[in-house]
Amino acid sequence: MDQMLLISILAAAVTSGTPILYAALGEILAERSGVLNLGLEGMMLVGAVSGFMAAVKTSNPWLGLMVAALAGGVLALIHAFLTINLRANQVVSGLALTIFGTGLSGFLGKPLIGIPAPQTFKPVTIPLLGKIPLLGPILFQQDYLVYLSYLLVPILWFYLYRTRPGLHLRAVGENPAAADAMGVGVFSLRYLYVAVGGMLAGIGGAYLSLAYAPTWLENMTAGRGWIAIALVIFSMWDPVRALLGSYLFGGVDALGFRIQAVGAMIPSFFLNMLPYIFTILVLILATREGSRRGAAGPGALGLPYDREER
Amino acid sequence: MNKQSQLTLTLEKRLAPSRWISFLVPTISVAMALLFGAIFLLMTGHDPLKVYEIMAEGAFGSKYGLSETVVKSIPLMLTGLGVSIAFKMLLWNIGAEGQLYMGAFAASWVALSFPDASPGFLLSAMFLAGFLGGALWGLLPALPRAFLGVNEVITSLMLNYVAILWVDYLVYGPWKDPKGFNFPLTAPFTPSADLPTFFGTRIHLGLVVALAAAAILNVVLWRTRWGYEIRVIGESPAAARYAGMNIARNILLVMFLSGGLAGLAGMTEVAGITHRLQHGISPGYGYSAIIIAWLSKLSPGAVVLVSFLLGALLVGGYSIQSSGLPAATVSMLQGAILFFVLGSEILTKYRLVLVRRGERRAN
Amino acid sequence: MKDEPNLVEMRDITKGFPGVLANDRVSFAARAGEIHALLGENGAGKSTLMSILTGLYRPDEGEIIVAGRRIELHSPRDAIRNGIGMVYQHFRLIPPFSVAENVILGLDAPRFLLNMPEIEKKVAALSESYGLRVDPKVKVWQLSVGEQQRVEIVKMLYRGARILILDEPTAVLTPQETRELFLTLRRMAGNGHAVIFITHKLHEVMEVADRITVLRGGRSVGTVEKKDTNPASLARMMVGREIPPAPSRSEGPRGEKILELQAVQAMSDKGLPALRGVSLTIRAGELLGIAGVSGNGQKELAEVVTGLRPVQAGRLYIKGKDLTNRSPKEIIEAGVSHVPEDRLGTGLIPNLGVLENVILKEYRRPPISRGPLLDRRAARERSEDLVRDFQVKVAYLDLPVKLLSGGNLQRLLLAREISAAPSLIVAVYPVRGLDIGATETVHNLLLQQKARGAAILLISEDLEEILHLSDRVAVMYEGEIQGVLPSSEARLEEIGLLMAGMKKEATTA
Repeated sequence: MDQMLLISILAAAVTSGTPILYAALGEILAERSGVLNLGLEGMMLVGAVSGFMAAVKTSNPWLGLMVAALAGGVLALIHAFLTINLRANQVVSGLALTIFGTGLSGFLGKPLIGIPAPQTFKPVTIPLLGKIPLLGPILFQQDYLVYLSYLLVPILWFYLYRTRPGLHLRAVGENPAAADAMGVGVFSLRYLYVAVGGMLAGIGGAYLSLAYAPTWLENMTAGRGWIAIALVIFSMWDPVRALLGSYLFGGVDALGFRIQAVGAMIPSFFLNMLPYIFTILVLILATREGSRRGAAGPGALGLPYDREER
Repeated sequence: MNKQSQLTLTLEKRLAPSRWISFLVPTISVAMALLFGAIFLLMTGHDPLKVYEIMAEGAFGSKYGLSETVVKSIPLMLTGLGVSIAFKMLLWNIGAEGQLYMGAFAASWVALSFPDASPGFLLSAMFLAGFLGGALWGLLPALPRAFLGVNEVITSLMLNYVAILWVDYLVYGPWKDPKGFNFPLTAPFTPSADLPTFFGTRIHLGLVVALAAAAILNVVLWRTRWGYEIRVIGESPAAARYAGMNIARNILLVMFLSGGLAGLAGMTEVAGITHRLQHGISPGYGYSAIIIAWLSKLSPGAVVLVSFLLGALLVGGYSIQSSGLPAATVSMLQGAILFFVLGSEILTKYRLVLVRRGERRAN
Repeated sequence: MKDEPNLVEMRDITKGFPGVLANDRVSFAARAGEIHALLGENGAGKSTLMSILTGLYRPDEGEIIVAGRRIELHSPRDAIRNGIGMVYQHFRLIPPFSVAENVILGLDAPRFLLNMPEIEKKVAALSESYGLRVDPKVKVWQLSVGEQQRVEIVKMLYRGARILILDEPTAVLTPQETRELFLTLRRMAGNGHAVIFITHKLHEVMEVADRITVLRGGRSVGTVEKKDTNPASLARMMVGREIPPAPSRSEGPRGEKILELQAVQAMSDKGLPALRGVSLTIRAGELLGIAGVSGNGQKELAEVVTGLRPVQAGRLYIKGKDLTNRSPKEIIEAGVSHVPEDRLGTGLIPNLGVLENVILKEYRRPPISRGPLLDRRAARERSEDLVRDFQVKVAYLDLPVKLLSGGNLQRLLLAREISAAPSLIVAVYPVRGLDIGATETVHNLLLQQKARGAAILLISEDLEEILHLSDRVAVMYEGEIQGVLPSSEARLEEIGLLMAGMKKEATTA
């Protein structure tokens, strides 16, 4: 009985960690290229609403997912234009994106409130793997988007550290002047990765409305975009650590939920605070750890690049 | 060889910012954001002129509307001032919303605990409690930032959720009015805890507090040693350290003040408007404050004006809801304004020039 | 060699920046097989001209011809494709990357997958063929400055650069490393490369160049063969007037001990030991020069003395008072002035006006402060006095200081630091980037302060400057003082050996 509960909590940790994971992976790409995008929350919300809308219209969750990615990417392009071309303050532009995205999703989503999604991503047990005791029900009785994230993490890791485009991505974020002098296109790469980051955030949002909830609620991300940003710092900009971190956050989320279900005497408000307080604590620990190890993130993170700066 | 010269539009750095452009930029930005909103409304099947007309009518068209615009601008001013002073030192305090809630909570505690106190004493105690509630909540992200360098954007924002959940816990739980038909609100405060109002409208004493705060901040920033330190740290932390300034202490002080101002906004909302603590006392004033701060270039005087403008946008937003448009329209427009401000800021730093590039071959 | 056609030619290049015309119809040509020096003062337009040749800046006018073909350079990538490679003064390297990763950065091959062992083998083979010893697997941040420069050269050779530009390459090297570099350059010229060598040091030009092009004030003064010229005539071309005799060092009376460090240890920003037990004293009226290749603890030394960096072990005394690990404020109040390496950003605040920069260290004291308030009028008077006394050229006192010229900036900074009548002045690279006139002013001001009785700690990478101004020279290597010599007895060769860490062989006493 206890084991059943543990398995269900851990499986729920994976499920609720997945949207954060997608957003964090996207943010890792953007930040590795040197652009801080604090607009994750806004992009996730727009992803969630547009994905849901498309899925309702077409009855196809995959189309919904694509629309969500596209919407997230388009929003990210606004941030890219402001910060890369116009050298606007990256913090403020990201905040603007969050405020804008929150408003836009509320506007678009008003007619959708209360509609259940007709077609959603449902858990599919993987043959063989799903039968493994313990691990099977936790990891391999999930939906396709979770499986996709299993693939994405090693792919991104390999891309970052073992390929030429990955080398260029890291170079642009570490020292754009050096990369530029060697003929690496700083502007185009930053555009690319900010956009891809936005697409992944959009997918993370769509996961909420098409798999996790699955329905549309105003502000349904409830700070997950910000948690993802904290997670990027915690992960030291590494996809594999981001995977572990997001399941940790998912676990805290799921734990609160389960404690409620069990009918403990703790008011739900306090349980709902857990992920936020946990984020703060983790961020403090990660910052201490990072400064001890001298890992403060990509060297040029947050700085606009101006070739003729004198 | 077919030679030709080519005209290109490029950005050239301005040697000195021009005066008129720093006034023009926010004006253009708001106009562009409204234009963007119009296109968006048109595309989603609404009549933009009609919508804007209803908004303007709601915000300025009547004595009531105008007074409501002023009413909304009070918490916007206080939070906007708080955010501005923090931004001035490059402290990204995104937590004004939570600080507002904690100020409201602390002031409500005073009002509910001492219902028999005299109005003068009670209101003074509530002002103090509101300020302290917000200030201490603002100190929470400041401590790890000052001593460990922990990113305050995320911590201050996370605390918003915690503060709102805390107030919800109270109004849904132990503080719930037993006679409130199960609504999430406390019992009404004693009349001694009501802020005086003016002109028979809902405009309350908070306006005077906000204007005074703006005036004081203006003096602090430009005429005092402390203000000088804040500006130097904001411009260049390295130079501040070099000059022997204590940066950690200033982080704590500024976040204390910043949070305190937001806390005052919470206090004036419960004492001036709702007369009780309830669920959702702020429609996101603390987030609008970020836009106000940036739009007013962190200058306290400008915060007053811009708050009035955003107050009008909020009131206008309420009036369009009756014609079926969602409340989120306003938040979208706010985001768009900030985008356009950021986009046109480049004109203060650079100017567009036509340059003739050297002769080059065609093809 | 004389009959070689020009491998690269730049014709009538003009490039302006807001407020400055950096290049005014400059023409320049270099042949295969030669070492061609581009000589000029700071601000003469050398770096701009070469940044145009590497595609980093676009010229407003003019054309570039490589191997007889007119080319358009839209980006550094274009330049590399045309065989043009540059080694910048501030290296374009990515410290957390390995040497091999830095070398292949930006190349089209390999297309996708990185087979690092294979790349490392190729890099090693290439660097050996030019005698440039460097381990391809090591991370760049672990390398010395001299080794990093080798990586930059290897990077260019790996790209098949035939035209190799080096911007002030000796500024960061010991005299021995410089000689080694010159040998490498000669070898490259012998292999048919055109080597362009940017410098403002006459003796280096005479030592290594075949031909010399002199720039002054953004214009070309002319190109000469080395055998047809001499240092004096080059100096005249470079400065446009006779160079005044340098101010002579006065031997004033030495007073009490002002600064004393006892076995001080401190960490670098990376958390590695940067000062490993530094002891030194400076007396009133004495100027101690710190020589050494930059990155050997000089920056940390200056920061420890000014209270900006914590001391891990050892003690710091100022005028006999123990000020170990006291705040920068207490150290300023003890009479220490600081001319930091980073003038615009640390010493001065770019976006604030002259007035607000003048009061940076005085704002706490009357008459600038009146209780919690600032007295604007007193601040204005103070600024007007300083601007007048030190001949800082400013249009008005609210002018953001980022708009001042380099010489004016340094004058303003020194004015503020000197006007406090300090007991100790810590001057870090005080003339870096300044032209000859401004350099002279700065040197004179420092010597005047010395004569007044101030103790001065001068950190510089220019050995001649140090030998010229100092009473004693301390040489730093890897966070230690290798030796302290009276400058009258110090020989360049000996200092060079100490800079390279050869302590025991050099000073057995």
